[in-house]
Amino acid sequence: MLKKLILAAPLAAMLAVPSVEAAEKIKVGIVLTLTTPASIMGKQMKAAYEVAYDHLGGKMGGKELELIFEDDGLKPNIGKQKTEKLVKKDKVDFLTGYIWSHVLGASAPVALKAGKIFVSANAGHSLYAGKKCHKNFFNAAWENSQNSMAMGTMLNQRGVKNLYILSLNYAAGKQMVTGVERTFKGNVVGKDLVPTSHKDWSAEIAKVKAAKPDGVFVFYPGSWGLAFFTQYKQAGLDKTTPLYSVFSVDGANLPVYQKRKMKHMIGTFNTMFWAPDLDNAVNKRFVADFAKKYKGQIPSHYAAQAYDSLMLIAAGVKAAGGDAKNTDAVRKGMEEADFGSVRGKIKFGKNHFPIQNFYARQVINKNGQWQLSVRQTVVEDHAPVMSNECKL
Amino acid sequence: MNLEILKTPRGIYNSLLILLCIFMPWIAPAIGQDFFTDVFGRIMIVAIAAISLNLIMGFGGMISFGHAVFVGIGGYAVGIFASHGIESAYIQWPVGLLMSGLFALIIGAISLRTRGVYFIMITLAFAQMIYFLSVSIEKYGSDDGLTIDARSDFGIPFYDLNDALTMYFTVFVLMVACLLITRKMVNSRFGRVIRAAKSNDERMHTIGYPTYGYKLTAFVIAGMMCGLSGLLSANFEDFVSPDMMFWTFSGELIFIVVLGGMGTIMGPLGGAIIFLLLSEVLSNITNSWHLIFGPFLILVVLFARGGVEGFLAKFEKSPEAKS
Amino acid sequence: MNYTLLAEQFFNGFQLGIILFLVAAGLTLIFGIMDLVNLAHGTLYMFGAFFASTLVAVTDSLVLGMILALPVMLAAGLLLEFSILRTLYERNHLDQVLATFGLILFFNELFLIVWGPEGTGINLPPYLTGTITLPGGITVPEYRMVIIASGLLVALLLYVLVSKTRVGMLIRAGASNREMVGALGINIKLLFTLVFGLGAVLAGFAGMIITPITQADSGMGESILILAFVVIVIGGIGSIKGAFIAAILTGLIDTMGRSFIDVALLQIMDTVAAETAGPAISSMMIYILMAIILAIKPSGLFPPKGA
Repeated sequence: MLKKLILAAPLAAMLAVPSVEAAEKIKVGIVLTLTTPASIMGKQMKAAYEVAYDHLGGKMGGKELELIFEDDGLKPNIGKQKTEKLVKKDKVDFLTGYIWSHVLGASAPVALKAGKIFVSANAGHSLYAGKKCHKNFFNAAWENSQNSMAMGTMLNQRGVKNLYILSLNYAAGKQMVTGVERTFKGNVVGKDLVPTSHKDWSAEIAKVKAAKPDGVFVFYPGSWGLAFFTQYKQAGLDKTTPLYSVFSVDGANLPVYQKRKMKHMIGTFNTMFWAPDLDNAVNKRFVADFAKKYKGQIPSHYAAQAYDSLMLIAAGVKAAGGDAKNTDAVRKGMEEADFGSVRGKIKFGKNHFPIQNFYARQVINKNGQWQLSVRQTVVEDHAPVMSNECKL
Repeated sequence: MNLEILKTPRGIYNSLLILLCIFMPWIAPAIGQDFFTDVFGRIMIVAIAAISLNLIMGFGGMISFGHAVFVGIGGYAVGIFASHGIESAYIQWPVGLLMSGLFALIIGAISLRTRGVYFIMITLAFAQMIYFLSVSIEKYGSDDGLTIDARSDFGIPFYDLNDALTMYFTVFVLMVACLLITRKMVNSRFGRVIRAAKSNDERMHTIGYPTYGYKLTAFVIAGMMCGLSGLLSANFEDFVSPDMMFWTFSGELIFIVVLGGMGTIMGPLGGAIIFLLLSEVLSNITNSWHLIFGPFLILVVLFARGGVEGFLAKFEKSPEAKS
Repeated sequence: MNYTLLAEQFFNGFQLGIILFLVAAGLTLIFGIMDLVNLAHGTLYMFGAFFASTLVAVTDSLVLGMILALPVMLAAGLLLEFSILRTLYERNHLDQVLATFGLILFFNELFLIVWGPEGTGINLPPYLTGTITLPGGITVPEYRMVIIASGLLVALLLYVLVSKTRVGMLIRAGASNREMVGALGINIKLLFTLVFGLGAVLAGFAGMIITPITQADSGMGESILILAFVVIVIGGIGSIKGAFIAAILTGLIDTMGRSFIDVALLQIMDTVAAETAGPAISSMMIYILMAIILAIKPSGLFPPKGA
């Protein structure tokens, strides 16, 4: 009995006829991971969307703006279900967010088949930059192998000759390795892709020590990074072998590194298309307002991407004179990308992925707050390698 | 079929479930929840997997923690062929069913040598192995998954799975077929041997029934039925990923079977509806819905062992003693 | 053949085995004696990690924090046993699996909320952060030696408890024949509670000593749980000796596999194939081992007599 009662109440609430919506509102559906340990990224992105909302004055193209957030629980079928709900029930005009490539793979077709414009704010699924590109698909972040390709170039620039590669054995982890191997010109003296269930690198670290590389490249996001970098120091490798990482040290987890007093992370290098101290007015304002919105934290690139994705949509709607339903006009406006991006300038390829610079960034301790700081431009106007496979 | 059954609480409940499934494509838009049709399509596909698990677990006492694997095999059969441009259902589906059956044969042949928790563990181990294998194979997307651009093609005019209503009712008809197959099997002599083996395996051996062969056959049939669920899932979601095979999904299937009423024919459908609707509703209320769901699971296990069917059965008059 | 590397990998595998043993020992006892399939055993491991992290932070001392965490673990374990698990003893395995699965969902979410998505960790004091150099140029991080040493100590204590004390005799008897022990007039309820408490402390201890290396996050219980089940199935349910041998074996095979499989594969296939197959095979190795052992000896390597 109780079971049925518990069900009945919220079900009744859900079945209530939705209130008559003001026909003028523009709705943006945002699918993020707001539960599980990965929510550390999702929550920063949500805050960044809210900052963008504030900067837009709660309006897009003169019409009232509504953001609807959904949680994908890090599962593709849930992400898809939420996307269906946003499209069919909430009748959103745009879809954005999407942290994971597999959630994107399941969800994007739903939005695209319904004729909606879809902007990935993180998932850099390579197929969508190439063969599967679509006129309504945009990406405001990067393609999966771009960042590690930039890292390979940076390693060459820094004179690294013998490299040990460590990554995770799943799609993204492998794409990172492919990327760095595309551009790195030295010797790869060892390579290990560990299963995602592992948290103890004793075996791999022993191999690294035996191989004596002059640099170690890692892709260990989130809690993998926390564990790996701890063990790296415990093995004494922080004193002998410089660490280079992608997507492992960012504005979302640096506060945690700082809290755990992992001082050996200071001075390490990574690459990204953006840094919090990139010198342009939009970025300065974004970083300052983000700190006010979200626990005084310095935004990560996830947040920067989220901000730019909403601004991109806004630019499109503005160019269409506020008529969000005029998809062709909006798309044209988005392709022109005439808006203030945290990157400074932003431009898109015909596959609607950004053509952008990548920078070397270093971890520093500034005014007692650990953060990333831009050091030099590694590569300019980089486009995803599979861009010419896009037949748009 | 004895129409008297329809007057009992269980009969009413089960009829309602079927009617709900049939009319959802019209009910959903009427209540302003269009996407509920998709939710119910998904529910019925999961129900097929649960029906297949109920066959071996509910009736046969074989608790498989690796049943989700067969969903993946069926799903990837469609996905892999589609990625090579082979969209004919007459190739995809038979291969999918055959492969599910083959894997079930291998896994079952080894696992059924063990009993009790060893059986649970070894089915889990096989599932994990296949999961890790599929994550390693980059050609078919690894854990990024495979998007399926066009659904299985039956080459029959006016019958196109890409049409939402056609897809929905294909799932419905196949689900009903699985229910009927279950009923036939369970009431047959074969089914009686399986059910007897569940209560007392040794006694069955003593009176001359080598239960291993019967159990293995049931396991293979269940594996193929679950593969069907995978074939449908790939078509419905236009997507497959190793996620479909993860052991936690097997755990959810087990719970669905128990929640609905283990060892009853219609139990899995009710279980799937309640479980999936509940997760959808709860996740709309709070992101931390596992805090509620975990204890709910425990309460069901402690106080509602027979699931919904068992609960409703209490309102029935006890059957007269047969003379 | 790099013998230094081989020796280092041996230590690494051995240490992994020790952690597995601590978790598996409790699990095999609980399962063997109380016939309770406790999926939430990994949650106990997680309890140890998180409680100890907080206590270490509060007392600002690794040793003190961990020592204080042990009675907290015991209390938590006993509370869990008293409130929920006790009702599951008479139930069949399926009910136990589902109910303890519910516990996992609940506690994972709870810890996520209380400690946040980034989890928590323990920092090693300076005197434990060095490396020890053994003859032959083999370097092992100090703290890993500490883990091996404390794990072996616990294994020794457990051995003494189980084979040389009266309580231990009751435990072994209970693992072989539960009904008989009850029929002999022993207070089974008390024995069960004791055994569960012991298992909880062992699992919690494993969780806390590994945290300085792997950090603590919600969900860390599941991966170790599956491994622990594999270990006790290989070792024989209810046998501590079996758990020890199976754990060390598993740790060594897993570590050696990850270290040398790709090298071995390169002899027989090209680089691309080896790079794909290597990680795949090494992640499957433990399950393959379990399947082979179950095929030959369905009750595991050292099942308790009469089981």
